[in-house]
Amino acid sequence: MKTLDAPRRRALKSWSGLQNREDPVLYVGAASCGLAAGAAEVTRAIEEHLAARGFRADIVRVGCIGPCYLEPLVDIQMPGKPRVSYSNVTPEIACALLDAFLERGEVFRRHLVGHLGEDGYGGIPRFFDHPMLARQARVVLRNCGIIDPASIDHYLARDGYEAIESALSRSWTDVLETVKSAGLRGRGGAGFPTWRKWLTCRETESDCRYLICNADEGDPGAFMNRSLLEGDPHAVLEGMLIAGYAIGASHGYVYVRAEYPLAVQRLRTAISQMREIGVLGERILGSDFSFDIRIKEGAGAFVCGEETALIASIEGRRGMPRTRPPFPASEGLWGRPTIINNVETLGSLPSILRNGAEWFSQYGTETSKGTKTFSLVGKVRRTGLIEVPLGTTLRTVIYDIGGGLVKDFKAVQSGGPSGGCLSEEFLDSPVDYENLAAAGSIMGSGGLIVLDANTCIIDTAKYFLNFTQAESCGKCVPCRVGTRHLVGILERISQGKGQLSDLDRLEQLAKAIKGGSLCGLGQTAPNPVLTALKYFRSEFLAHIVDRRCPAAVCRDLVVYRIRKEKCTGCQRCVQVCPTGAITGPRSEPHNLDLEKCIKCRSCYEICRFDAIAGDAIVIESGA
Amino acid sequence: MKTAVVPPRPDLSGFDGDPADLIPVLQTIQSLDGFVSEESVRLVSRWLKVSENEIYGVATFFSQFRFTKPGEHVIRVCLGTACHVKGGEQIMDVFRRRLGIEPGDATPDGKYQLERVACLGCCALAPVLVVDARVHSQASVLKIQNLLGRQASGEDS
Repeated sequence: MKTLDAPRRRALKSWSGLQNREDPVLYVGAASCGLAAGAAEVTRAIEEHLAARGFRADIVRVGCIGPCYLEPLVDIQMPGKPRVSYSNVTPEIACALLDAFLERGEVFRRHLVGHLGEDGYGGIPRFFDHPMLARQARVVLRNCGIIDPASIDHYLARDGYEAIESALSRSWTDVLETVKSAGLRGRGGAGFPTWRKWLTCRETESDCRYLICNADEGDPGAFMNRSLLEGDPHAVLEGMLIAGYAIGASHGYVYVRAEYPLAVQRLRTAISQMREIGVLGERILGSDFSFDIRIKEGAGAFVCGEETALIASIEGRRGMPRTRPPFPASEGLWGRPTIINNVETLGSLPSILRNGAEWFSQYGTETSKGTKTFSLVGKVRRTGLIEVPLGTTLRTVIYDIGGGLVKDFKAVQSGGPSGGCLSEEFLDSPVDYENLAAAGSIMGSGGLIVLDANTCIIDTAKYFLNFTQAESCGKCVPCRVGTRHLVGILERISQGKGQLSDLDRLEQLAKAIKGGSLCGLGQTAPNPVLTALKYFRSEFLAHIVDRRCPAAVCRDLVVYRIRKEKCTGCQRCVQVCPTGAITGPRSEPHNLDLEKCIKCRSCYEICRFDAIAGDAIVIESGA
Repeated sequence: MKTAVVPPRPDLSGFDGDPADLIPVLQTIQSLDGFVSEESVRLVSRWLKVSENEIYGVATFFSQFRFTKPGEHVIRVCLGTACHVKGGEQIMDVFRRRLGIEPGDATPDGKYQLERVACLGCCALAPVLVVDARVHSQASVLKIQNLLGRQASGEDS
């Protein structure tokens, strides 16, 4: 068997060269989230400033390290010193940072987060001691934000492709056994044991088998897979090699959302690099294992996250699910045995093979082993991508890692449109597959959306049902028509026109949809309504009986009011009001004509951000 | 079943006429032309030996495909969960009102195109919208009004 010794030697040289560079090195977080926060402008400013001042330095673009709320993140590594990380960097701050380090030889103190690696300065905290990161365990995300995702050398230097080398020297049963004793379960949501699916596929007689990486991350509010593909594409691709070897597949597909252009680009680069070093194609590393990977871009259909719908779409058809069994593991793509694994499941494999099953199963609970990535978003102070051992409590995630909320906690939504809103009583229950299912939600792919007192539960349930209603493929009547009726009833309630009998109607309809739908979309679509009814019944009653929205969100049940004692008469709201509902002379409290007000929020925002008047305009519940 | 017919357009030379490539073919056409025209559906139908009905069936199933010419500047407002919770709907409303169009439509002068998107995956920086290729994060009704003001006066977005 051939080895990767030569490319790895070259890679180590290039990686350690980067660590021990004579010139400073700047690392810019340039994943989608960093770019959205302005990383491109910051990079341009750094390049211009370096050129203008005649400084020499290298710039490396890295993936997402996790705390998105601190983006853009820029690290600077001076010769012989560790990387020091800075948050919320603007072009001005970037220039000041460069001047401090490169001109005056000082450590820039503002916006400092911490250092990575060994302390070389004294007195600077460790980056990974930051409250958002201290409680995390980085298994899947170990390279994200650390390495240049466009460089295979960086991946190789951090033990990349060691796992496939070791797998190829062992039998497929041995690899499957390791994954089995590690206790790995599917990270796409349902949590089915990975090894069992693999075994079915392997044991089905066929001339050809397929492996599909499901990167159709369709849950709104979830971006774990995007971050991993953008930050460490080789880990997922190496995972595909391992899975492909175990199931005896010859072809692999990555089915990736078209909304993730950067992830697609990273995958393309990585796949061509794999070919160059001989870990893709015919007889990989001189073994009998041949495997090729193709990218298929999704075309925007949530239902294609479902296995049989995904397969239909790869075959060039409408992405509609079919009855199972036969399951894809025995009869899938082009009628051949096919395994569909989630990005994160595959991304976990290299670490499991490299460090052993025991090491992996030290994380997690009895039934849910390992770590899980979550996208922690919504009304929480520290938003971003996190990875924690399974079984961590929601309280740790939301308060210790997420820093809590500004307003009062109301609920946390897990599992996207298939999941549910969990109330305060679940804060201390450990997050694993069984607990979330018992509560009426699901683990899902890992979106955690924190809702506060200003979020209306009915509005949230309506949002998810609107989503599933639009994304229902239309095959099963209970899903196609039922979700539409659920939206209709919720709409009525949010307008203050609901009746108490609507609550029973919602429940009946929800059960019919769950029982009468073929695929996971319909079977789980009513979960947001059911959990809302179960844990937040009082809020339904407030809308139906009192005709008020306690969170002051439902548009038909709120009024805008100007607090005369606060209004300074600055006229800024008069200028932004699109309907001329606000009038009044300068320096005198303004009037708001409720007949004309369309509740667009413009006045509220301009007033809230104004330092002088402050919050003179309020939104209150009550029609 | 493979057909040996040469692609109807030189820019589709990466495909070999396999009907399974229908979706990637349509994606390529849309990325080049901005939309899938009746004419291109006819061409693809003859080339891949897939009926026009079937092509429309597939293309209308997926939200990515559009069948009319898009406006010059495309505004995509994210309405993912995090964006919804942080007021994405209100941002969509501002565009609706100011441009006088519904999501999926272009302004009559062909200048702006308004689109909704299920999730851009930048949830931590919600609410998010994309104008052409530029992502605007932590948007607010006010920021949008300023942005539209600048666009109207001809400044760069």
